Amino acid sequence: MMQPWLIVTAAFGYLCLLFAVAYWADKRADAGRSVVASPYIYALSIAVYCTAWTFYGSVGRAATSGADFLPIYLGPTLAAVLWWHVLRKMLRISKNNRITSIADFVASRYGKSHLLGGLVTVVAVIVIMPYIALQLKGVSTSFNVLLRYPDIVMPSAVGRQPIFEDTALYVAVLMAVFAMLYGTRHIDVTERHEGMVAAIAFESTVKLIAFLCLGAFVTFVMFGGFDDIFARAAERPDVKHLFTSVGAGGLGGWVTLTLLSMAAILFLPRQFQVSVVENVDERHLEKAAWLFPLYLVAINVFVVPIAVAGLLTFPPGTVDGDMFVLALPISGQQGWLALIAFIGGLSAATGMVIVETIALSTMVCNDLVMPILLRVRALRLTERGDLTRLLLTIRRCSIVFVLFLGYLYFYFIGGSYALVSIGLLSFAAVAQLAPAIIGGMYWKGGNRIGALGGLTAGFLMWVYTLLLPSFVRSGWLPLSFLSDGPWGIALLRPEALFGLEGLDNLSHALFWSMVANVGLYVGLSLATGQTLTERIQATRFVEIFQQPDAGDRARLWRGSASFEDLFSLVARFIGKQRAEQSFAGYAADHGVDLAKLARADAELVHFTERLLAGAIGAASARVMVASVVKGENVSIDEVMKILDEASQVIEYSRQLEEKSRALEAASAELRAANLRLRELDRLKDDFLATVTHELRTPLTSIRSFSEILHDNPNLPTDQRQEFLAIVIKESERLTRLINQVLDLARIEAGRFDWQISAVDVRELVLEAMAATKQLFRERNVTIQADLPPELPPVHADRDRLMQVVINLLSNAVKFSPAGTGLVNVTIRERNYGLEVRVADNGPGISRENQQIIFEKFRQVGDLMTGKPSGSGLGLAISRRIVEHFGGRIWVESEPGHGATFAFIVPFAAPPSAAAP
Amino acid sequence: MRSSGIGDRLIALFLLGVLLFSPPALAIFSIDATVSGIPVLYAYLFTAWIGLIALLAFILRSRRAELPETDRTPDGRTPGGGDAS
Repeated sequence: MMQPWLIVTAAFGYLCLLFAVAYWADKRADAGRSVVASPYIYALSIAVYCTAWTFYGSVGRAATSGADFLPIYLGPTLAAVLWWHVLRKMLRISKNNRITSIADFVASRYGKSHLLGGLVTVVAVIVIMPYIALQLKGVSTSFNVLLRYPDIVMPSAVGRQPIFEDTALYVAVLMAVFAMLYGTRHIDVTERHEGMVAAIAFESTVKLIAFLCLGAFVTFVMFGGFDDIFARAAERPDVKHLFTSVGAGGLGGWVTLTLLSMAAILFLPRQFQVSVVENVDERHLEKAAWLFPLYLVAINVFVVPIAVAGLLTFPPGTVDGDMFVLALPISGQQGWLALIAFIGGLSAATGMVIVETIALSTMVCNDLVMPILLRVRALRLTERGDLTRLLLTIRRCSIVFVLFLGYLYFYFIGGSYALVSIGLLSFAAVAQLAPAIIGGMYWKGGNRIGALGGLTAGFLMWVYTLLLPSFVRSGWLPLSFLSDGPWGIALLRPEALFGLEGLDNLSHALFWSMVANVGLYVGLSLATGQTLTERIQATRFVEIFQQPDAGDRARLWRGSASFEDLFSLVARFIGKQRAEQSFAGYAADHGVDLAKLARADAELVHFTERLLAGAIGAASARVMVASVVKGENVSIDEVMKILDEASQVIEYSRQLEEKSRALEAASAELRAANLRLRELDRLKDDFLATVTHELRTPLTSIRSFSEILHDNPNLPTDQRQEFLAIVIKESERLTRLINQVLDLARIEAGRFDWQISAVDVRELVLEAMAATKQLFRERNVTIQADLPPELPPVHADRDRLMQVVINLLSNAVKFSPAGTGLVNVTIRERNYGLEVRVADNGPGISRENQQIIFEKFRQVGDLMTGKPSGSGLGLAISRRIVEHFGGRIWVESEPGHGATFAFIVPFAAPPSAAAP
Repeated sequence: MRSSGIGDRLIALFLLGVLLFSPPALAIFSIDATVSGIPVLYAYLFTAWIGLIALLAFILRSRRAELPETDRTPDGRTPGGGDAS
């Protein structure tokens, strides 16, 4: 027999230690040297997720149904992978809006709605009740088991105790005291409780160490390691099946559990409290996101070995699986180890209860009681003095109230259910918050009516499909309610609703409640509109990362409030000293002198509202601030109207901006066109000047030779002949030039008389070579030709094409060095036409000149090495001719390595077969 | 080469996690055998679990190195915003 005083002393001593830790952390925080500002403490505080349920219940579940205790921890691990997306967003939103509870979060998102905040609070209190009961049950059961050491007696064999001898009652009272001391020490604008967080982190460490000690003892002392346990279990068919079982619910149940626990880690009020409200620094999330799952792995490593060891040690049916954690050290005659295990379970339970009750009390106070009190005009609350005491009292009462409810649930119902089943009941209900919250964070269209409808329907569905059946099992309702359905209507059987059978009751409940919840949330949101406040809040939530910090937005506010009014309002809720601190901080941040500030500007009013929101919730804060904002009697609706006008102005200016951008683009086009025009004008001038010049040169020589002939009738005959030949040659040149100019003009004007026919290019090139033979000979330039026989004809005007080829050949010969010059002419068959290439080994053409040589009179002067070179019209005409045939002409050249002029003219008829 | 965003990598990791712990994957490992004395199902679950956490830690820590840059990047436009009602 273990002495009761020993257990009580140990438990009491442990709780005192907890007080000491919390006290120390609070003192450090007051001194400005916070101990909780670390990602490790943050991760440990999130581990409040592991409750007595984990400590005792996991082993119980593993012992009865195998691996399906794990989804409860795999879900949060998967959720942690998404924390960087989801939780970070929740954190940022909550900090910017001073949100202090999950109910506040929902209320704030849907237009600061009192109704919605209240609904979430009521739902939360109801669904957390069984969860708290579960903790009390864990502690009292383990206490009673330990009390009978070294015998192993299950408390169910003892029967119900009288209420004043019930350990659970005393546990509940102690927990309430702790929660009141550290959760409601003062009213703070951020609602952060450093002492509590430190205590929770400490508890998480204790429960982990206790469980690991126990696991190591069972595995390595009682048995010979993991393989020994499993090897011995393999000989027992009744144990062995656990190794391949994923649980009673099968694989579908596995998925349900994973989904539920993913929702739980984000939306359980206590998880929101530690991971969002108590968060010191957003960056801690990055480390905690993998530290916390690691903690989960550690605390689960020994679950299966302990469960198997329990099954091997005790005859079937004598010891409850939930109590293996205690029964094993007792059977091993290890009193101290049993005590450590008891402390670990106690630690897990107290941690959960404390955080949960504090979170719930904040919700009950801010989202349920205060809005009601503020509305009851008879209390004249808005005019009363110091309200901090009232707030604290409300919170303390709600802590007692919540714990009392939990105790009642435990006392009347708890005995009939295993630990895990109770916990899952709560999880399924908490998941009802998911559509409203996740939808609210990522979908701007979700509105208040949708959230109200979805939440209500989901909750009612939960009551019907899970809570009522649990009442049936406790004997409160007749069994026929389950088996035949209410009033004998089989279609309404709570666990086979509308004939949906074959699912485990949890999956069944999750399915129907989510169908109702999501369906109504989306449907009603789409069917009804949003008020302006909702729209603004929706944007602030969904686009939180696109916004600057909360204080930086311009606000429109025609109303006026005196600074004194605002100050006294805040002081009434959070105390004079804290109010002074907050406003002094504001003054320092914004560089304003509060003493001189008679009228508060919009930003200060907003600051006040956020300050109050931290203490009494967003919805109440708005009502309170509105009560002191006087002057022009600005109603909230009017402010919203101003905001709406402002958004119209913004829209208008956006349109203006767009138009001016279009104008800019148009004027840029105009500028470019103008530039082009001026260039053309200049080209025309150049053209005239060049033409005039080109005409004058032959004219001058004709005139001077004619004059010589005229003035000297006695010239010798052969000289006379020579001069006349020059005159004739120059006239021909003149004619040619004029013809070219006319050609060009006609081509450009589209009045050219084209004689299009099928042309044999090979023959044409040979002819052109013959025609220019004399030129080549004169300059002593070699010409080579590579002309494949049997080429298909092309579609062109023979004479014009000849003109192009001759032009290219004469250019080539002109630019080839005399004596060593070499010109190559090749014809190649391409996909859609023939390519004619004329390559020389002259000086080449620089890249920037390769385009302009095809323009009129653009002779590339700098590379021409002083030689005159025709009219400068040849290439321009050639280009127009080739382009008229649907081909193109271009030049390939590297300065110093010659130039290759090439053009392509299309085939006369489409080629019969696809050319290579 | 610009590396993919941390947000995308985490989404991918989440999908991997869903796959690892999905019923079909579990069905593969629900067999009556042991790996160095430990039943295959448990060996698989814990290995996958720890592997997932290791990858998560790796991704989140790699972000620390490039913190000054990524901190300015908005976390990406949230999907599904503002297209309804």
